[in-house]
Amino acid sequence: MKRKWNWPIWVGFAVVIVGLSSFGFFAQFPITRDFPWANFLIFGIGAALLIFGLFLAFGRPQAYRGKIFGSIFAAVAIVLFAFFSYVIFYVLYQVPASAGAPHVGQKAPDFFLMDQNGQPVGLGDLLSNSKGALLIFYRGFW
Amino acid sequence: MRGFQHRLSEFDARGIRVVGISVDLPEANKRQSQKLGYTFPLLSDPEAKIIRRYDVLHPGAGPKEADIARPAEFLLDSNGIIRWVNLTGNIAVRARPEQVLDALNQLSPGGQ
Repeated sequence: MKRKWNWPIWVGFAVVIVGLSSFGFFAQFPITRDFPWANFLIFGIGAALLIFGLFLAFGRPQAYRGKIFGSIFAAVAIVLFAFFSYVIFYVLYQVPASAGAPHVGQKAPDFFLMDQNGQPVGLGDLLSNSKGALLIFYRGFW
Repeated sequence: MRGFQHRLSEFDARGIRVVGISVDLPEANKRQSQKLGYTFPLLSDPEAKIIRRYDVLHPGAGPKEADIARPAEFLLDSNGIIRWVNLTGNIAVRARPEQVLDALNQLSPGGQ
């Protein structure tokens, strides 16, 4: 008897790939970036499908395929999830302490920098005719 | 910074000038502004001189281990005195506009 296609393994693995690769998309929105719950949810769905597929493969091997490739896919999925968790729970927290950053009550260091049109902008320009300024330092897009 | 662009009118109404500062070159900032529709200035500090002066350097964290800025936000009053600072402990978690607007409301109730 020809054994059936074990779709939960394939679909589950594809969902895990989506869980990893969609981080760039979800990182655009603070609600899914501050904590990437959407990615973890997708990983969870993928894991559930993979586990279901492995149950079929090992529980009813005469009816379903996937004992070998299902195990390989599951192992790769675990490695991908471990990598994602490493980035989320370790790499993202590797921020310098910035202990020497100016404190509340201190005068902000002056600067003079080019804007996106090549025009020089100084701190004095930002503070003239305004009630204040918000300086947002960011990593950049390179 | 999309969030700040969305709520830029609220900063304008309070007289607060919003600027971004990074190591990106002006040409890159121009492309980025056009692509994302930013109307506030993006300032270029390619040698990270000002970034260093504010001690918000993240050494080696950029492409080819270049030095870049870590995310940080400073709110200044009209005299250039720092009134509110946010130094995140997680690269992915940056100040949201509502946090800064709340800080502004607490510093000067009534928006004055």
